[in-house]
Amino acid sequence: MVVPSAAESRGALAQSGENMCSRGRVTAGVDRVSARAGHPIAQLRGVTKRFPGVVANDAVDLDLYPGEVHALLGENGAGKSTLMKILYGFYSYDAGSIHIDGREAHVSSPLDARKLGIGMVFQVFTLIPAMTVAENVALYVPGLPLMLDARSLGKSLRALGNRCGLRVDPSANVRSLPIGDQQKVEVLKLLVAEARILIFDEATRVLAPHEIEGLFEIFEMLKKDGYAIVFITHKMREVLACADRITVMRRGKVSGTVRGSEATEKALIELMFGGSVPDQAPRGVRDAAAGDCILELRGVSTRAHGVGIGLRDVDLAVRSGEIVGVAGVSGNGQRELTDLALGLAACTRGERLILGSNATAWGARRVRAMGVGFIPEDPLGMGVVPWMTLAQNAALGDVETYSRYGGLSIDWQHVRRDVAAAFAELDFEPLETWVPVRTFSGGQLQRAVLARELGRHPRIFVASYPTRGLDVRSATATRRVLAGLRSRGGGVLLISEDLDELFQLSDRLVVLREGRIVGQFLPQELDRHTIGHLMTTSGDGHE
Amino acid sequence: MSRRWATVYGVLKGGWSAAVARYAVILTVALIGYAAVLLLAGKDPVRAYADTFAYALGTRYGFSEVLVRMIPLLLTGVAVALPARLGLINVGGEGQLYMGAWLATWGAITFTTLPQFLLIPLLVLMGFVGGGCWAAFAGLLRARGLVNETITTLLMNYVAPLLVGYSVYGMWRSREVGSAAFPQTVAFPSAARLPRFFGTRVHLGLVLGLIALFAVWFVVERTKWGLKMRAIGGNPEAARRLGIRLGLYIVVVMFIAGGVAGLAGMAEVTALHGRLRAGFSPGYGFMGFLISWLAGGSPPGILVMSFVLAIVFAGGTLLQISQGLPFAAINVLMAMILFVVLANPRFSVSVLKRALAGKGRQR
Amino acid sequence: MNWDLLLGVLSGTIMYGVPLLYTTLGEVVGQRAGMVNLGLEGILLVGAAVGFVISNLTGSPWVGLGVAAVAGAAFNLVYAFLVVTRRANQLASGLTVMFLGMGLSAMIGRSFVGGGSRGLPRYQIPGLSRFAWVTQSMFSYDFVVYLALPAAIVVWWFLFRTRWGLSLRAVGESPTAAFAAGRRISLLKYQAAMACGLLSGLAGAHLSVALARTWSEGMTGGRGFIAVALVIFSKWHPLRAIAGALLFGGAVTLQLQLQAQGAAISPFVLNMIPYVLTLGVLLLWGGSRRFAAPGGLGRVYSGEE
Repeated sequence: MVVPSAAESRGALAQSGENMCSRGRVTAGVDRVSARAGHPIAQLRGVTKRFPGVVANDAVDLDLYPGEVHALLGENGAGKSTLMKILYGFYSYDAGSIHIDGREAHVSSPLDARKLGIGMVFQVFTLIPAMTVAENVALYVPGLPLMLDARSLGKSLRALGNRCGLRVDPSANVRSLPIGDQQKVEVLKLLVAEARILIFDEATRVLAPHEIEGLFEIFEMLKKDGYAIVFITHKMREVLACADRITVMRRGKVSGTVRGSEATEKALIELMFGGSVPDQAPRGVRDAAAGDCILELRGVSTRAHGVGIGLRDVDLAVRSGEIVGVAGVSGNGQRELTDLALGLAACTRGERLILGSNATAWGARRVRAMGVGFIPEDPLGMGVVPWMTLAQNAALGDVETYSRYGGLSIDWQHVRRDVAAAFAELDFEPLETWVPVRTFSGGQLQRAVLARELGRHPRIFVASYPTRGLDVRSATATRRVLAGLRSRGGGVLLISEDLDELFQLSDRLVVLREGRIVGQFLPQELDRHTIGHLMTTSGDGHE
Repeated sequence: MSRRWATVYGVLKGGWSAAVARYAVILTVALIGYAAVLLLAGKDPVRAYADTFAYALGTRYGFSEVLVRMIPLLLTGVAVALPARLGLINVGGEGQLYMGAWLATWGAITFTTLPQFLLIPLLVLMGFVGGGCWAAFAGLLRARGLVNETITTLLMNYVAPLLVGYSVYGMWRSREVGSAAFPQTVAFPSAARLPRFFGTRVHLGLVLGLIALFAVWFVVERTKWGLKMRAIGGNPEAARRLGIRLGLYIVVVMFIAGGVAGLAGMAEVTALHGRLRAGFSPGYGFMGFLISWLAGGSPPGILVMSFVLAIVFAGGTLLQISQGLPFAAINVLMAMILFVVLANPRFSVSVLKRALAGKGRQR
Repeated sequence: MNWDLLLGVLSGTIMYGVPLLYTTLGEVVGQRAGMVNLGLEGILLVGAAVGFVISNLTGSPWVGLGVAAVAGAAFNLVYAFLVVTRRANQLASGLTVMFLGMGLSAMIGRSFVGGGSRGLPRYQIPGLSRFAWVTQSMFSYDFVVYLALPAAIVVWWFLFRTRWGLSLRAVGESPTAAFAAGRRISLLKYQAAMACGLLSGLAGAHLSVALARTWSEGMTGGRGFIAVALVIFSKWHPLRAIAGALLFGGAVTLQLQLQAQGAAISPFVLNMIPYVLTLGVLLLWGGSRRFAAPGGLGRVYSGEE
């Protein structure tokens, strides 16, 4: 085994780091990139990808140019992510070709893609939480020496970070980093791997507004160095803020490509939805005065769930006929708040009141029996049993009602009747009741959960990230249902990271940060920037 | 893992012929593999197989002995299959079996004056409680989120036989002639012996096993408790949110499963040996895991697989005598079967089909 | 308690702890790559049988140990094939290896049951004999024992200070992340499984050739399962595994010594000590937060599509 010296190992990272983000912006690596400016660095021609039952990409053409931010816009399920995962070698494709630097390339694994200079930041980060920043980045250093020298790795990583404005402590455990910093680590990984094409899949999903601006600044810097950036999103505002070129996708096809400077919101919407813009859910207006307090937390503290943050001294009330929105960067106690409201977690201090009764010591069963319903952030993982049928999942929502002979048998006809009734009441297209729910699409699944939970006519509804990952139609339907529940006198606790949604639906907004409620407002009282700062920075604010 | 159970189960439910064909293929491949091993060991596989099947299926005595062997396998198989529906992995059948036998022995040598119609139900209960408590302890630790039940049940497998050994060599040691060389308890009163049928050694345990199998199937598939159990196995996160008391179900189901395994131990000592001996089980508990796994948790599958493995077991004893093979050699056959199942021959079949289809296109 | 007993326990602790340490180190490597192998018991048995048979046939215990280690690595390929290539359930695959090992070792070692072995040459730690209380037989071990501590350090170094170790841990923590980073997951897992088999095979052979100096069916007595528990005990860290193995070796020796001294405790109760102790320690760890299990442990990685 040839063992390179520590100096060599330091060299490997330093060298790869110096190739990018240089102060003078003219180094060997960048030269190679910018020399071809004006010619596309990557060309996709007729790329087609079929999944069982669906064509995810249908003969897609796409050109990527160095020194540009190319936005891929489209609603969820339009095939943006799939296309980029094909370019990154994560998926194979059924037809078409990919050219890099004018030469046909065969990208059949991420390893191939990395050799071609393609890097990708996934929607769900591919970081290893138990490892340090340096170790995570080291996995991407080309020609990593056989023996590792953590200290020199850290040193050159810190130097690279300083040059690019991506300051992260190399020796920190990724687990302990805030989301914004984790994303910086993701970018560092790509830079170190000498990627020339950087793909960001829904990169802003987990970021607060000012962190998004920070990301766009990083884009600017990288752009000037000649990188080609692909930015996948479904948010119009972000596209208009940062993109040089915008490709809109709809149902697996490219519906149009426009220059960023020439794009208008109206034209883009036209391209996204093909003329038929979906209905907007009703704006949040409270009917008359707020009713009785149906869910109340008084000075509640909890333990942290896993590596999250426990709630600290939280006071919160949800009245009937009201939607209370909880804003915040996820991981600041949202999971703990939901668990507490549903009776899954206990208070270490304080009181929980449900419909006026002291429910501090109640378990999930009792809380649910009192009329608390929920939409989880991940319906497939937390709301249903995937390989059970729709009818079985519906029966699980209220087993006692459907039991016969003391539980020895279950009245499946009754279940199916109720499912049909609930779907009709919510104005959803009916679904087959005997099909395992894991075969449903995200939107169908969400509707199934909504139908089950609302079929019980809950008094209190806990919705965490109810529209995350849904297509526009399903998201609108979900919001309509929440608003409908409010007008019938129910109370909704809405936890979301989508500020548009929170502003649109909520009657009252609270901001959760580090397990505390750091502000309470009416939506019309403040703008997204103030709330964004409140979500992320400690100290100043409206406390 | 629950998904795997579900698919295997689905195959069984879906088409009987498909399932039978699948198991036939598995057994054939495993038997061929084992034949190769026997050849390497210098034995004659054809004669070994012929002897085994002729003995097990061709003679009245041999067949009855297969049924006797099948009883503990059936029970321990059920003891693994039931918790598996909750996503629990009970590898502690062996320990639970010993504890069932242990507590039943205590009952048999303490209540010596009771009439049979009272003593037998009491012993059944004790066997159940003995194994049940042993398993419920592991369930409790799991429910509290302290230690994974797999590792606990595994470790407890080593403790239970030692406890039996301690009792047999110590407080319960018989002073009869001959017991000095081979420590054992005193013989149980005749009222404590499980009834046998047809003048063979086949005993009441078979009935208990069939009842347990049917009861587990009925509860899991038809009742509200079964629905909740399957929900826990399918998605514990969702089950928790739907107000199902996971901890309670885990402990109770582990208790019942351990109890069923305990019945196996109780039946072995009360029906066959008539006294407790150290190390009386040749690894029935592990076989139970194997059976439940092979059957994908389906009740008919458990019945069939425990019968098949009982033949293997009976054959093991036979080969030990006739061919001079160590009894442990049958473990190789078990491993072969498990290997073929895990390597999933359906895959090879589909590859074959694809290859053939490809050739067809080229032409 | 007297000096002889104490020293005897100390010396025995090392002898009994060493095979356990090698096995635990192997399992640490395997589990760091995301694979729980319940088949260690089988590998140990195969190692013990092969080691004993080969050293008796060739007359050289060293050849026996070497062949046993290679046999262990080769044998664990069965597990790797099921788990990595066929993506089978890890627990069931482990039990397959256990059954196979139990059966094969019984067949391999059959004609050697009750045979003896000269064992490995022992060397006393130089200088120790100057002390009056050290008797001749104490504190003289074979090379495999002396190499145990360095082996733990080498495993640690490989896992935490080399590129290979980094990749291996990445595979165990998050196969998706490792795949995205361009690591060859199957290859790394196969390597880890072979390392695990190598160390376990060696441990098994040491058990039969040097420690028991005989072969009998099922002679490993559940050490494979204890090693799995010890991995959890040592929180997946090779250096902490030393403490675990010694603790366990100590419990076994203490029991043997107490028996030899004619203590009035049943040997069965003493035999329980190691298992109960392990359970107790697991309980203790289990209660603590931030349990450091590799993130992808026991999961089936399905890769693309």
